[in-house]
Amino acid sequence: MKVPFAGAIDCDLHLPSPSMAVLMRHMDDFWREQFVTRRIDRMDFQLTSFPPNTPLAMRDDWRAPAGEGETPLDKLRREALDPFGARIAIGSILHGAIGLYNEDMAAVICSAVNDHLARDWLDHEPRLRGSILVMGSSPDHAVAEIERLAADRRFVQIILPVMGDFLPGKRQMWPVYRACEKHGLAVALHAGSTYRYPPTGSGWPSYHVEDYIAQSTAFENAIVSFLAEGVFNEFPDLRLVCLESGFTWLPTLLWRLNKEWRGTRQETPWLDRPPADVVRERVRFSLQPVDAPADGALLTRTLAHIGSDELLLFSTDYPHAQFDGDNALPEGLPADLQRKIMIDNPPACYPRLAAEAKEIAP
Amino acid sequence: MNAPLVDTSVSQRLGIVDCDIHPTQRSVADLFPYLSEHWREHSKSIGPHIRQGLAAMQAYPRMMAAGQRADAYPAHGGPPGSDLDLMRRQHLDPAGVETGMLVALSKGGMEERNPDYATALAHAVNDWQLHDWVRKEPRLRAGVVVPQEDPAFAAREIRERSLEPAFRQVILSPRSIEPLGRRRYWPIYEAAAECGLTLGLHPAANGANPSTGGGWPTYYMQEHYAFGTNMQSNLVSMVFEGVFERFPRLKVALIESGFTWIPAMCWRMDRHWARMRHEVPHLKRPPSEYIREHVWFATQPIEEPENAAHLPEIIDWIGWDRLLFSTDYPHWDYDDPKYCIRFRMTEQQRSQLFRDNARALYGLT
Amino acid sequence: MTRHVVAAADELAPGSSKLVMVGGREIVLFNLDGEFFALANRCPHGGGPFCEGVVTGLALSDGPGRYRLERAGEFIRCPFHGWEFEIRTGQSYCDPRSTRARQFNVAVEHGDALAKGPYVAERFDVSVDKDYVVVEV
Repeated sequence: MKVPFAGAIDCDLHLPSPSMAVLMRHMDDFWREQFVTRRIDRMDFQLTSFPPNTPLAMRDDWRAPAGEGETPLDKLRREALDPFGARIAIGSILHGAIGLYNEDMAAVICSAVNDHLARDWLDHEPRLRGSILVMGSSPDHAVAEIERLAADRRFVQIILPVMGDFLPGKRQMWPVYRACEKHGLAVALHAGSTYRYPPTGSGWPSYHVEDYIAQSTAFENAIVSFLAEGVFNEFPDLRLVCLESGFTWLPTLLWRLNKEWRGTRQETPWLDRPPADVVRERVRFSLQPVDAPADGALLTRTLAHIGSDELLLFSTDYPHAQFDGDNALPEGLPADLQRKIMIDNPPACYPRLAAEAKEIAP
Repeated sequence: MNAPLVDTSVSQRLGIVDCDIHPTQRSVADLFPYLSEHWREHSKSIGPHIRQGLAAMQAYPRMMAAGQRADAYPAHGGPPGSDLDLMRRQHLDPAGVETGMLVALSKGGMEERNPDYATALAHAVNDWQLHDWVRKEPRLRAGVVVPQEDPAFAAREIRERSLEPAFRQVILSPRSIEPLGRRRYWPIYEAAAECGLTLGLHPAANGANPSTGGGWPTYYMQEHYAFGTNMQSNLVSMVFEGVFERFPRLKVALIESGFTWIPAMCWRMDRHWARMRHEVPHLKRPPSEYIREHVWFATQPIEEPENAAHLPEIIDWIGWDRLLFSTDYPHWDYDDPKYCIRFRMTEQQRSQLFRDNARALYGLT
Repeated sequence: MTRHVVAAADELAPGSSKLVMVGGREIVLFNLDGEFFALANRCPHGGGPFCEGVVTGLALSDGPGRYRLERAGEFIRCPFHGWEFEIRTGQSYCDPRSTRARQFNVAVEHGDALAKGPYVAERFDVSVDKDYVVVEV
C-alpha cells in the first residue's frame, strides 16, 4: 500500500557509489599517485553482493539516468524523498573498498566515501542523514574514522556488511562499538559480504539469488554473535540495526534462542535474561524487503509471533527493487503500527535523531 | 504451578515413528567384523582424518555430559547409543516407538577426508547397522551412510543397500564441502531417486567450512544455532540448483533443525526468485512449490514459543502432512513425545505428526 | 496427605541426593547442608529424571569474560536439556514464572515420634533411636 501520511524516516536508502575521480578529491598526494599509477582509479569497486545490473539491484523505472539539467540529488528527491514524504532519510554508500585486503588503502577510500557523502549529499539536502562506512576487518581504522567524523551530527550510524572478516560480536570489534556508544551512533549491519568465507556453512552456492537469500541466515548468526559475546551487556546504550535483512524469520530466532539459552547459559553467564527480550529491546530491522505473501494475512500473524511493535524501521531500500510503484508499505500493517514504523521507532533507535527531535520541539 | 500439557496416553494409544535415533559404536572395534584387514590396521595406526583442529573431541564442547542425555551412559561402559538393551528400556519401550529410524553419525565416513577409508567406513557402518541393530531389534530401520564427498562411491553404496529392506533412507550431512544442491552430489540423488530411498539430511558435528557465512562462532550456543541456518542454506541450494527439477521423484527429510523457519524461508525464496528468475531458468515454478512437494521436516529440536499456540499456526502453513516426529535419542536436546508437544491437536493431526506421515514417507508398514 | 518414611536421615550425607519410590511415585531427596528437600523426579520442561542430573551451583557473571560460581549445591541441572532448578523451591532459574518442579513437604523426625504414627514406611523398619526423612504425599 501507499505511504498514508508524510513525515516518515526512511532508514535504508542507497546513494550511488562515486567514481574514484570523485573520491580522489578527498585524498592526499600519496594515495592519488598510487591509485593513478596502479590504475586502481579505473576500477569500478563493485561488490559481488550487489551486481549492479540485476533486476534486484535497481528498479527498472529508477534505472534511467538523471534527466536533462537534473543533478543526482534532484533525481533522488524526485524518486525517493518526495514520493514517500520522507522527513528524514538515512543514506548509505556501500563502496567496494571494504572488499580489499590492504587495510590502509581500504580505510583511505572509506574516508573519502564518507567525506563525499557529507560534502556532495548532506550539505545540499537537509532531509538526508548519513552512515559512516568503516572497515570491519580493521577495528583500529574504524575507530579512527568514527572519531574523525563524530562531531558531524548528521552521521547517525556506522555501516558494515553483515558478513565480514569475523562474526561481528567478537571482542576484536569492541573498540568500534565503544566509540559508537560514546558518540550516540547506532551500529548498522547491511546485507552483503566481503566473502572472506563462503556465504553458507556448506560452501559456495552457484547463483546470486542464493547468496542474496542466505543474507537472512547471516543476520541470524550475527545477532546470536552479538548476544553470546555480550556486546549488549558491555555497551548498554548501543543499538544494532539490521538493514535489508528481512524480518519475517524473526519468530524462529526468538523462540530458538530462548530455548537454547536455557540449556547453555552457563557458557555465557553474562547473558542474564531471555535473549528474545534483549533482541526486542536492542535490535531493530529495516522494513524492506518484506518477505511475506502479498495478501497481508500471514504478515499480520507473523507480526503477532514477533511480539513487539517496536522492532521495525521504515525503509524504501531505494533504489533496490523491493516493491512496485509507490507501495512502500506491505498489506497487513495495522494503522497504529504504520505510525510506529514510520514515525516513532526510528528516533527511539537512533540517539542522534532523538536528540534532534528534542531540539526541534519547543 | 503451571505444568506442561502432558498427554501420557500418547504412547499407549499410538505407536510413534521416531525419525532420529543415534546408534554409536562402543569403539571402532565394533566395526572390525565389517572392515578388511587393511582398514582395521589403518584405523589403528593412521586413524581418522577430518576437517577440524581437534581430531577426537568437539571443538565446541557441549554443556552437559558431552552433548548426551546424562542418563544414557550404559552402566557397563561405552558411549550413549551403544547399548541396544538400554535403548529399548530407556527409549523405545517407554516412548512407545513403533518404528525407529537410525541415523548413524558416528564413524560413517561422512567427515573422513581419506576417500577410500571413507568408503570402507560407510560400508562397514551399514553392515553394522544391519547386523548389530536392525536384525536384533525389529522396530529399527537403518539409514544408508555414504562417503558423501565421493558421490560415485556413495551412489554404489546406495544401490547395493537398496536391495535390503532394512534401509529406508540415505543420510547426508549438510556440513558438506559444497552446498548440497551442487551438481557434484547429483549422482547421490540419482541413485536415491532410482532406488526410491528418501534423502535424510542430518547435521554432523564437524564441517568443511566455517559454520556461518560470517566465520567461526565462539560459543557452543552459536554453533548449535547454526545447525538451523545451515539446514536453511542447503534447502535453498537444493531448490535453486534445480535438484527437484532434475529428480522429480526425490524426497528429502530435514532432520534436527526444527521447522518453524520453513514458511518464512519459503516466502523469502519465492519473493526473490520472482525478481531473479532469469538467473535460474531451470526452475519452472516458485521455490515453495518444490518444497511443498518434495520436503518433509522432523520436529526436533522443537521450537518453544512464549505462546505455544503459535506453533500449530506455523504447521498450518507448512502442512500437517509434512512433519515427522523425532526425538534425537540419546542426545541432550532429546524431545520426549510425552512432553514436547505443548499445543492442542486433533486426533488426525496427532496421528499424522507422530506416525502416519513417516509411515507414508518411508514406506513403513 | 499421607506421611511416608522414605529414608533414614544418615543415609543421605550433606550434598547428596537419593531416588525414592513413594506410593508408586518417583521422588528425589536432597540433603542441602543438613536440610532435606524433595522434588518429583521429572523435569517439568522435558521430562528428564532429576536423579540422573547434576547437583551444582549457579553460573553468574559481572560482564562478558567474567565468570563465577555461586550457591554451590543449591541447584539441580536436568540430565536432558540442562535446565537449572532451585532445590529449595523447585523453581526454574531461567523461566521462574511458568516452570516449577513439583515439590513435596519433607521433615526429619525421630523414630520415637514416628512410633506414635500415623505414617507409612514402605521398605524398612523404623527404629526408635534414629532420625528419619518423612515426605508428605
